[in-house]
Amino acid sequence: MDWDKIGLKTGLEIHQQLDSKGKLFCPCNCELTDEEPEYNIVRRLRPTQSELGKIDRAAFEEAKRKLKFYYQAYSDHTCLVEADEEPPHPINSEALEIAVTIALLLNMKVVDEFHTMRKQVIDGSNTGGFQRTGLVATEGYVETPHGRVKIENLCLEEDAARRIEEREDGIVFRLDRLGIPLVEITTDPSIKDPIQLKDVAYQIGQILRSTKVKRGIGTIRQDLNISIKDGARVEVKGVQDLNKIPEIVKREVQRQLKLLEIRERLKKRKAKVEDKIYDVKEIFNDTKSKIIKSAESVLAIKLEGFAGLIGVELQPNRRLGTELADYAKKRGVTGIFHTDELPAYGISRKEVENLIQHMQASENDAIIIIADEKSKAEAALGEVISRARMALEGVPEETRKALEDGNTSYLRPLPTASRMYVETDIPPFKIGSNMIKRLKKELPELPSEKKERIKREYDLSEDLASQLVRKGLAEDFEKLAKLNVENTLIASLLAYTLQELKRESHNIENLKLKDIIGALRLLEDGKISKDALRDIIAYMADKKVEPLKAAKELDLLLLTREEVERIIQGIMEEKEELIKERQMAAMGPLMGEAMKKLRGKADGQLVNQILKEKIKKKLTSLE
Amino acid sequence: MGPKKHERELIKMAYRGLAKKVLEKESIKIGDRIRVERDDISYEGMLLDRPEDADDKHLVLKLDNGYNIGVEIEEATIELLEEGSRPKIKFPPVDVERNPQLPDISIISTGGTVASIIDYQTGAVHPAFTADDLLRANPELLDIANIRGKAIFNILSENMLPEYWVEAAHAIAKEIEDGAWGVVVAHGTDTMHYTAAALSFILKTPVPVILTGAQRSSDRPSSDAHLNLISSVVAAKSDIAEVMVCMHASIDDKSCHLHLGTKVRKMHTSRRDTFKSINTTPIAEIKDNKIRILRKDYKKRGLEELRVRDKIEPRVALIKTYPGINPEIIEYYIDKNYKGIVIEGTGLGHCPENLIPAIERANEMEIIVAMASQCINGRVNMNVYSTGRRLLRAGVIPVADMLPETAYVKLVWALGQSNDPETVKRLMLKNIAGEIEDRSSLRHFQG
Ligand SMILES: [Zn+2]
Repeated sequence: MDWDKIGLKTGLEIHQQLDSKGKLFCPCNCELTDEEPEYNIVRRLRPTQSELGKIDRAAFEEAKRKLKFYYQAYSDHTCLVEADEEPPHPINSEALEIAVTIALLLNMKVVDEFHTMRKQVIDGSNTGGFQRTGLVATEGYVETPHGRVKIENLCLEEDAARRIEEREDGIVFRLDRLGIPLVEITTDPSIKDPIQLKDVAYQIGQILRSTKVKRGIGTIRQDLNISIKDGARVEVKGVQDLNKIPEIVKREVQRQLKLLEIRERLKKRKAKVEDKIYDVKEIFNDTKSKIIKSAESVLAIKLEGFAGLIGVELQPNRRLGTELADYAKKRGVTGIFHTDELPAYGISRKEVENLIQHMQASENDAIIIIADEKSKAEAALGEVISRARMALEGVPEETRKALEDGNTSYLRPLPTASRMYVETDIPPFKIGSNMIKRLKKELPELPSEKKERIKREYDLSEDLASQLVRKGLAEDFEKLAKLNVENTLIASLLAYTLQELKRESHNIENLKLKDIIGALRLLEDGKISKDALRDIIAYMADKKVEPLKAAKELDLLLLTREEVERIIQGIMEEKEELIKERQMAAMGPLMGEAMKKLRGKADGQLVNQILKEKIKKKLTSLE
Repeated sequence: MGPKKHERELIKMAYRGLAKKVLEKESIKIGDRIRVERDDISYEGMLLDRPEDADDKHLVLKLDNGYNIGVEIEEATIELLEEGSRPKIKFPPVDVERNPQLPDISIISTGGTVASIIDYQTGAVHPAFTADDLLRANPELLDIANIRGKAIFNILSENMLPEYWVEAAHAIAKEIEDGAWGVVVAHGTDTMHYTAAALSFILKTPVPVILTGAQRSSDRPSSDAHLNLISSVVAAKSDIAEVMVCMHASIDDKSCHLHLGTKVRKMHTSRRDTFKSINTTPIAEIKDNKIRILRKDYKKRGLEELRVRDKIEPRVALIKTYPGINPEIIEYYIDKNYKGIVIEGTGLGHCPENLIPAIERANEMEIIVAMASQCINGRVNMNVYSTGRRLLRAGVIPVADMLPETAYVKLVWALGQSNDPETVKRLMLKNIAGEIEDRSSLRHFQG
């Protein structure tokens, strides 16, 4: 695709949890827990009134749902702060220092004084009804192969509560994640190429990994900002796999282009969306559709001029109808049908005809049916009406969720900017030039620098050096490299062998660094052979035993020269005929015999050497 | 009538020192759009106010992305870009017709912000006082009552004074005379139980008088204010003609308890369910706007004639004893001509022996000395140990299962009712407003 011509503009928002001791505003543990909750706190949130009479769109959306929230809490794992039962403690200065360090690595300008703000979020994910956040730095950049990309902002904020389930009467959250410090990094939204977008995400990710941040699933989250000319800004939440970024962008562009196409077709047909909701229960009195039959009420709307367009595919397997259904589902309904897909699902041709007649629809019109409780169905059709109207305008500004396959689905309207006010419970924190100077001195080595250095210092291949850095094993490597063992062997042990063993379902997680040092020491002292290392480590992991014990139990300790000579002598006596017959050419088969007995217990070269000498001697004596 | 007395500000805001000088020099005011430039960085945004206790070397800017930051100004140049127009807090009046089917409930505000409005542009939080403000923030109130609103003070509850109790009592009485079916008093939570006790003694009321407030400020979506206020209005419509406190029953947004004004105490610094009935059971629970009576011994609506017994004597001290307490503390109050002292003693009602001579002297001076317990739960009994008996001999009145704060408030009131020490002593030992119960139930201490 010609991204320039389409006017593609993209940007990134990266959320990364920090690995500080304690949460941002209380001293609770930053680990998640799977234990049974000890408390279930019931709460309701209300949007607060803004003086300017402007109620935030996203906040209003949630308010309409009037949901109850349940918060799972613990005596030891969470405290009154997460439960919104105690004011926040002073800000965790370690977390602030990590955030400033990241800002410096991203070449950013750090603010003089950090002010904590409240960002209103009333979807229940924050017990207070707002997320605490503050601006740490602005105006930075990262270099990519496609050129420099600006970093606009870095904020330090608290993570939200963990959504556990959605019940009929409310959403259940767990408080373990609420308050874990995280940084939000926002790039300039003018990246014009999906590949570059992925590269920026990767670069920032690498920089983050050089600092004190959490590792593992769910500790980093990428959001994408995507827009095209004549389209609209869409925020895609929750991208887990960086490699999917180009595909997600491609499919979003495709979706927006299709929506623009639909808009043109709707215009030509003079399409209209009327407010009238029809009660069509009677038409389905004898229906075979179970959903419709069992519903308290069956309501429908007419979308004039939409016929055939509801079924138009926007993304693989997602149609305009899917978008309408996304909006309806926000009201908790499931039974939604449109005439582009009917008759089907137990709804007969006759019923469709009756419906069209009853609603006086023309062949150009589409009909949407929702079967559910009356109030729910009404509310859901209200959503469909407003989404259908947006189709007349083109692409709505939305927050969307990244799906597994690279598609996206509707989450909520894009939040408006005016929903922040100061957190009065926390005084401003002066960052000051001394703190900056100190942190500048302690800046960690960037991944790219680290890779170049270990490659040079330890004479490693490009591949091994970059594997070690990428997998976060460089520090372990540098510790092990102090042993008198080949660097390449250590590096490939860390970068590859351990992973192979894991794949073969050995319990690698039982191994500590000191266990690996122990095993390498055996090699260093000449007690085991290089070939035996892998088996010994696997055995240690599975049986949780000391290296020496593992070597002994596996019978992999190297034999002394005398013992090796004795064994070889024995083999030669057995195979005397062969030696007589084939002279030096017996070397091959005899070596094979010897290694069968000595593998892992003697160095191959040594065996080779002894065998050669002995055969020579034998042949001399035979002459 | 607008709010009066000390302007209520949670955090005092003002520029001072260097910052003030710089702003004055450039004629920059709060709300103006300015640029601050220094070294290699330049910030543009709206100038906001700054907490008075913060240093004078930073300006607070609200950037276009909504975030506030502090910008150091010592080596910066500051430029006015555009004068700000402060948006006026003005709403069209709420146009509500009185619903003759619903009772009239008065909401009196003393400074506890049960409703507030946020100005997202500047981030300022404005407390809401008028009935209109309350209704805008809590439109559901219209379904249960006709609301009349009145602000009598605008103070932090820690700045409450005994004189204000009397003023509040008169304001409540006025509402009742004007036909209020019940009165709700919005109050800061810190001293709400003192005011509740005071109103219990001062007022004889034929209608419910409900004090309520918020532990989480009303500017946040999670505020407890909404449920507390709605439940209070429900309570004000009930037939329980007592002075009561209505606050969250648990940390859930599920129900509120109605506590008798003389038996309630703030028991936690921050939790929503901070108010607990001590040595007794709450009168009722309010859940989903419905009232469930928990004990039947309350005064019914319409039985009492409205009366304001408004004489008080503020020269009363409340002293907590502790190991090592200096008896001069008591001497001080005697010398300052105080008329009453409530001692918050240890255990069953004791204090170190070295206080006894001072207490004897107080008794000789006809100063009333009452004994409550710092255990909070339980009742004093001064016959069990010899110190107790000596204190009784020294003229100390044991106030049974009365809360120390209630005993203090009651003594302020009782000394206003009579000059005769014996009468005052008799009043202190007589149950006036539910403050003394004879029976101690096993139910009342959860351990
Ligand atoms: Zn905590």
